[in-house]
Amino acid sequence: MGSHGIKDQVAIIGVGCVPFTEHWEKSLDDLIIDGAQATYASAGIGQDDVDAFWFGTSQSAASGLAMGGPLKIHGKPISRVENYCATGSEAMRQAAYAVASGAYDVVMALGAEKVKDGGYQGLNAFPIPTDGTQRTLTAAAMFAMILPAYAEKYDLDVDEIRYAVAKIAEKNHHNGARNPLAQFRRETSAEQICQMAAVAGRLSVFDCAGVADGAAGVIMCRAEDAHRYCDNPLYIKALSFVAGTGAGSLDPDYDYTTLSECKWSADDAYAQAGVTDPRNEIAVAEVHDCFTPTELVLMEDLGFSDPGEAWRDVLNGDFDLDGRLPVNTDGGLKSFGHPVGASGLRMLYEIWLQLRGQAPADRTMADNGRSLGLTHNLGGYPGEMVSFVGIYGTELG
Amino acid sequence: MRGIIATGTHLPHRRLDRAAVAAFFGKGGGTGTRTVASYDEDTTTMGAEAARAAVASTPDVDVAALWFATASPAYLEKTNASAIHATLRLDASVPAFDFGGAHRSGTGAMRTALVAGPTTLVVASDARDGLATSADESHGGDGAAALLIGDDTAGPVIAEFIGGASVTDEFLERWRIPGGERSRTWEERFGEVAYAPLMSQAWTAALADAGLAIEDIDGLVVAGTHRRAVIRNLRSLGIDPDRIGDDLSSTVGNTGAAHPLLVLAAAVESAVPDQTIAVMALADGVDVLLFRTTEAIASYTPARSVASQLASGAPVEYATFLSWRGMVAVEPPNRPLPNRPSAAAAHRRDDWKFGFVGSRDRGSGMVHLPPARVSEKGGAVDDMDDMPMADARGTVASFTVDRLVYSPSPPVVFAVVDFDGGGRVPLEVTDVDADEVEVGMRVEPTFRRLFTADEIHNYFWKVRPLRGADR
Repeated sequence: MGSHGIKDQVAIIGVGCVPFTEHWEKSLDDLIIDGAQATYASAGIGQDDVDAFWFGTSQSAASGLAMGGPLKIHGKPISRVENYCATGSEAMRQAAYAVASGAYDVVMALGAEKVKDGGYQGLNAFPIPTDGTQRTLTAAAMFAMILPAYAEKYDLDVDEIRYAVAKIAEKNHHNGARNPLAQFRRETSAEQICQMAAVAGRLSVFDCAGVADGAAGVIMCRAEDAHRYCDNPLYIKALSFVAGTGAGSLDPDYDYTTLSECKWSADDAYAQAGVTDPRNEIAVAEVHDCFTPTELVLMEDLGFSDPGEAWRDVLNGDFDLDGRLPVNTDGGLKSFGHPVGASGLRMLYEIWLQLRGQAPADRTMADNGRSLGLTHNLGGYPGEMVSFVGIYGTELG
Repeated sequence: MRGIIATGTHLPHRRLDRAAVAAFFGKGGGTGTRTVASYDEDTTTMGAEAARAAVASTPDVDVAALWFATASPAYLEKTNASAIHATLRLDASVPAFDFGGAHRSGTGAMRTALVAGPTTLVVASDARDGLATSADESHGGDGAAALLIGDDTAGPVIAEFIGGASVTDEFLERWRIPGGERSRTWEERFGEVAYAPLMSQAWTAALADAGLAIEDIDGLVVAGTHRRAVIRNLRSLGIDPDRIGDDLSSTVGNTGAAHPLLVLAAAVESAVPDQTIAVMALADGVDVLLFRTTEAIASYTPARSVASQLASGAPVEYATFLSWRGMVAVEPPNRPLPNRPSAAAAHRRDDWKFGFVGSRDRGSGMVHLPPARVSEKGGAVDDMDDMPMADARGTVASFTVDRLVYSPSPPVVFAVVDFDGGGRVPLEVTDVDADEVEVGMRVEPTFRRLFTADEIHNYFWKVRPLRGADR
């Protein structure tokens, strides 16, 4: 028994991503078609070359038919995947395992979400009949609980922590302003963000990821076949996923200053990849900055900062483009918005660009001599979430 | 001996200063305050809170019947008493009946239980409305009272029922058709004149029934929505004005069907042994009920007294009051309305949804809220005991103020609550201002209506701050 991973067994040979924005003129079908075409183009292959498909969407559609219909995929398996906001990463994970198992030669995972047809701000859960006792808070309010808890635990001024998380938004918007695929491309200062009205706890609108429509995809094959399709593929080093029990809402020992599922999935991923010192082995990371406090505690849960120190590292610029470990170089959820099914694969798209030296000059990270990229994608709330961590490298071994 | 074994009352936390009405409209209002049910309270939730308080005052007495009276029922056709029955976790064999519609139904239920029968918890609850600037708006109040009535074989009787009288007359003084937005009344003088002989007749007959003279009455409390009839005609009864008790009109307002029980509970709670207390209720006739307090009252302490609730409470803005009552429609957050709860799913979890009962793992001792079949610690399957939490007190471990989510009255204040003796659950905080909440705040569960969707009232529990000495 154990989590062994599939290190170096599967290669990524193409990643595609459409612009994330309010696509008033595009349907879910359009997003699926555009996302798939961008991915085929990246891999230099056609649809007929793909043997099996995984389609991630949280609540825009159901079943493989939603992908097979618009793309006219004949006689092939298509699995619809859902796992909260980590849906896109989960689709990739399932597809990668299918290659590793030997069942298929070439697979595609595509994530797409059409959010803006809903008519409301923010993301809204699909209604499931219940006894009516479940809470109905927004995610913003749930993640806002991190700030006072973090300040209390480490005996810090909550205003100081509030400023530190605003610096995270400033950083991500700095990066997003340099990304033609991002929805929000204007820089904002932490000072401006701190002056905005609170919408949930201490968080302002600019501490929250926006809402967008989007699609992104990946094509994978066996590592030994990669060079038939691609000169510089990425190799999957680790894929880890942890689903919690909701213990944080149940267990008084949970203190809202850490995301346990994220820490567990990171530890598992590092073990799969053989990473023992993530701070000095990971070149670049794309993490789930759904709200600014999320990215703050993720720096600790992913091992990039010591417990209670992430706020200091953030203020020090450690995770900036030219910092010691660049995080969310593409602008993150903050700049892209969050089409749920697509976000995890949008993160992978940035790793694909950065590790292969294809990011535009004005947001190329400083060369730190490392060759591993990490994506982290979560769904749910502090104390009750699912978490994915993937690690990818340019070299085998 | 048969009479009152326990009292329980609920006065909403919010109080409207009547002067706020004239300040806004240039007319209406008056002096003093009225109680205001919060946006998450209705006659059923207020009744449940009063019933819980009565049962908590005498936890060793078994309730054998539950009767609920209101003129403002949350549901028609469906019994409202059954929700209160569920919050009290009464055995299925205990009947729960509604006495509905008329203001007099509160008095009627009380009188019927006093005459004979099983140990009966009589709960009366009302929410009084009127159009802006109306007398009903200003002089009405919201609240509930519960009286546990039975023989002294069931438990110590604190106030023995010693007699009374009822007179009935058909006349149109106050009325409302089902679904009507407000009550109508005939001209004021008509009611005053019509009630005068009925009051005298009932008063005289009640004294005769108990074999008492006027001088024997230590205290008289009167409840009636016709203010002028109460004030003017009371003088002619011949009782010493010093013996007329507080009818709560300057603090609570008239709580309709609940008011006779409420003023009686207040009078009993402040009485000493061997006092004779009369309650008179004016509603389509006049009812007078007479009680004599017993030695048992000396050692009786209500779980939530009227006096303590009068002394607490917090103001509510008139604009907020108008929006809560639907008199002014306020733009809601642009978020989806909540979905109606599933009747089938709710029924499977009655004990959690209405009784606030979790489970405790026999092995680890960990409390699971909501109740679980598999233990979070150790993974034991189906090895749990019921863990009633409705009377537990807790502490806010973390909280958040949500200005985005849909609520009948934004913003939503939510807290992660750690209960004394174990158990954590995130719950909404009510009867609180957003800037009052802090980590470490002490709270207790309270039964509320979360929202109404598709004409289904979604009842569940919130927490409210423990205030003053209760902390």
